[in-house]
Amino acid sequence: MNSNTAAPAAAHDHAHAHDHHHHQSFLTKYIFSTDHKVIGIQFLFTIFVTLALGGLLALGVRWQLAYPWSELPIIGKLLWPDQGGQMPAEFYPMLTTMHASVMIFLVIIPALTGAFGNFCIPLQIGARDMAFPTMNMLSYWFMWPALYFFLSSFLVEGGAAAAGWTSYPPLAGIKSAAPGSLNGQTYWLAGLLCVGASSLLGSINYITTIVKLRTKGMTFFRMPMTTWALFITAILQAFALPVLTAALILQLLDRTMGTSFFVPENLIVNNVEAGPGGGQPLLWQHMFWFYSHPAVYIMILPAMGVVSDVISTFARKPLFGYKPMVIAIASIAGMGFMVWGHHMFQSGMNPALGATFMVSTMLIALPSAVKTFNWLGTLWGSRIQFTTPMLNALAFVSMFVIGGLSGIFMAATPVDIFIHDTYFIVAHIHYVLFGGSLFGFFAGLYYWYPKMFGRQMNEFWGKVHFAGSFICFNLVFFPMHILGMSGFPRRYADPYSFDTWKDAQPLNQMMTIAAVILGFFQIILVANFLISLRRGKKVDGNPWRSNSLEWHTPDVTPGHGNWGAHPPVVVRGPYDFGAPEAAQDGYLGQTENKYPGVKA
Amino acid sequence: MNKFWIFLFALVPLGVLGIYFWAHAQGGALWFPAGISEMGEDIDRLFWIILGLTGTIFFGVEALFLWFLFKYDGKGRDGQAVKYTHGNHRLETLWTVIPAGILVFLAVFQFKTWKEIKFRSNAPDVPLHARVTGGQFEWRFRYPGADGRLDTPDDLEAVNVLHVWKDRDIKLQLESRDVVHSFFIPAVRIKQDLVPGMKQLMWFKVTHTDGQPAPDLHEIACAELCGWGHYKMKGRLVVHETEADYRAWLTQALAKQNADQADLGIVE
Repeated sequence: MNSNTAAPAAAHDHAHAHDHHHHQSFLTKYIFSTDHKVIGIQFLFTIFVTLALGGLLALGVRWQLAYPWSELPIIGKLLWPDQGGQMPAEFYPMLTTMHASVMIFLVIIPALTGAFGNFCIPLQIGARDMAFPTMNMLSYWFMWPALYFFLSSFLVEGGAAAAGWTSYPPLAGIKSAAPGSLNGQTYWLAGLLCVGASSLLGSINYITTIVKLRTKGMTFFRMPMTTWALFITAILQAFALPVLTAALILQLLDRTMGTSFFVPENLIVNNVEAGPGGGQPLLWQHMFWFYSHPAVYIMILPAMGVVSDVISTFARKPLFGYKPMVIAIASIAGMGFMVWGHHMFQSGMNPALGATFMVSTMLIALPSAVKTFNWLGTLWGSRIQFTTPMLNALAFVSMFVIGGLSGIFMAATPVDIFIHDTYFIVAHIHYVLFGGSLFGFFAGLYYWYPKMFGRQMNEFWGKVHFAGSFICFNLVFFPMHILGMSGFPRRYADPYSFDTWKDAQPLNQMMTIAAVILGFFQIILVANFLISLRRGKKVDGNPWRSNSLEWHTPDVTPGHGNWGAHPPVVVRGPYDFGAPEAAQDGYLGQTENKYPGVKA
Repeated sequence: MNKFWIFLFALVPLGVLGIYFWAHAQGGALWFPAGISEMGEDIDRLFWIILGLTGTIFFGVEALFLWFLFKYDGKGRDGQAVKYTHGNHRLETLWTVIPAGILVFLAVFQFKTWKEIKFRSNAPDVPLHARVTGGQFEWRFRYPGADGRLDTPDDLEAVNVLHVWKDRDIKLQLESRDVVHSFFIPAVRIKQDLVPGMKQLMWFKVTHTDGQPAPDLHEIACAELCGWGHYKMKGRLVVHETEADYRAWLTQALAKQNADQADLGIVE
């Protein structure tokens, strides 16, 4: 397909002319496809692989915390036959580093912006495809070298990167500082540069598509929250990523070309001189967090959008405070650039600067609070249908409240002195990224699955997956707050060698068992996903009776070009459920076009 | 079935309460380590204030959330009208302004403690008690000898043990020999990163040692990933009751150091 013409009119004619009689080989249709829906689904399939990888790495971490220095089940003997199958201390930081890197860069960001961004944006705004389809395809294919670099780094001399996903120099920059810094760190940097390219290609595409390709009547304030959130996220990415890219390249130069951007003078690490020096390790921290704090919002804002769509649909009621919701997302994104220093309160950064970052950090909790209140407002006076997508969306709200509120403890600089780099932080990020982003992802997956494949995922097994994940998630991660209160440190291969924390092992064992069960429940998700492709209940084009445009395509699963001969014309907002002129079940679609696949 | 889901969501606040009281009853490694400094008490107090505030908000939101799930359960209500509203301006203003006020108050409320613990202008006017150098994977402490000055031949070098005495302002200089470390004494509630190429100051005062563990068993940990042996950077804080006790230890340790050096033929 060479439909990489940006002009909407051209794309229209092209799609029109070729709509139903255009033969594509398997390779161009499913592998090197430029169709936004196929690319979105490609992201989705890839994410199941990376999610499994990230999850297994997490279980490795959990095993060591529950039963340190004992044989790792199943693969221990295979990996470390000389040590009786127990993981060496050098391996533990590789696990934490790569777990975080995989989950953040290869699971959550591509799941929300890659899979949902690609699949939903053109459909929700009535476009025929993305503005730059070829670029879109490239954005997907840049994921693979990243995965290759991450995976193969385990096999190079010294092993995978082991300086934390934050990769603070000099630990990350100096080859003699850690086994993983010998070669693995270079692979990590290369992988991240690929992820960055993927994100940047995607984000420019999303911004252009939303600004230029909205269909007739689709004003900005008629866009569903998912598209709004993805739009703002794309802007956030476009502005934050260049700084990370620069930092990655500087560290790469430090490691390979003998520069010293992050290396101070006269540094000797493990009897090896670390280069000419004259650099500043804190500079990396500033550059890294200037991207990576906004990255936290890149990972949560799209989920907030998805959840807003899902809650409104299954509450059969308009989203409460649509415009305040949009403003809240925009202000989170804007303020997101002014809070990065809260990761550095104890770093040696001027404490007066820390005080200002505390104020901005406290204030960024505000739009999140506004969003939560608006979701509650949506539920008020509604008619709730407890479907699988809805349950996951409700879980998002209830978990995000915990993750949001626990952030206030860390924002408070004096309290942060104690809880910084303890399990309190680990609890917080997992409540936001798992309880929030991942449950948001589940919600979206169950919700859009019928639009992707024309069948519904099994509701019973969906609910089993939800209940099990929800319970196990809380059993794994809530106790981490309690551990954090005792100062239990992160990234320790053996915290129990300290008297202060030696009694925490039984609790950690319980958490590990819950984590293993949590993993098993994800097998149900994958099985349900795969089996439903063939066996799922066949549905019409709008099984949830949603109002937004993606549910109004002429075919149940939209074909190439999405809209057949006539693109939709939008006449109202996406959330007019229960309006006086609405159908009995509250449905009132965004378009008057009635297509064969859609019941009025 | 819908009631089951409401029950499931209700497990969250119930579980939170449950684990809180369970952990409180357990104490030990599941609760704050016994504090031994005034600044620690300030930090703990701020923690409890924030917990009280966020806890109230949490249970309020949860109560409303669960009530709505229960009350607006759509089961058997097909076709019934919902409240057709797109929002409420007054409510939006209310729930923006009130949290904003609370958050700004919370931020301002932290300033005093933060300033006392970290602003250099607040450092006590005493000579340096010791220099702490972090390195993979140990803490080195260099104490000034009889002359009270660092980097003179009578200094004492010790590994992994920090000796201080009670009710004394202790001022430390922190440096790193290789990568970033973080000097963390849980019982004192103090933490400061050590960045190679930078000199940090840290100060604290141990005011009460009656808590457990024993006064000489307060642990020092590294709180910033520093390599494979990160978890091995275990140090010990020994609190002497009086300055005289401390001096006696110092004299003894210096004598031992001199003897060891004489044995090895090291002359400084």
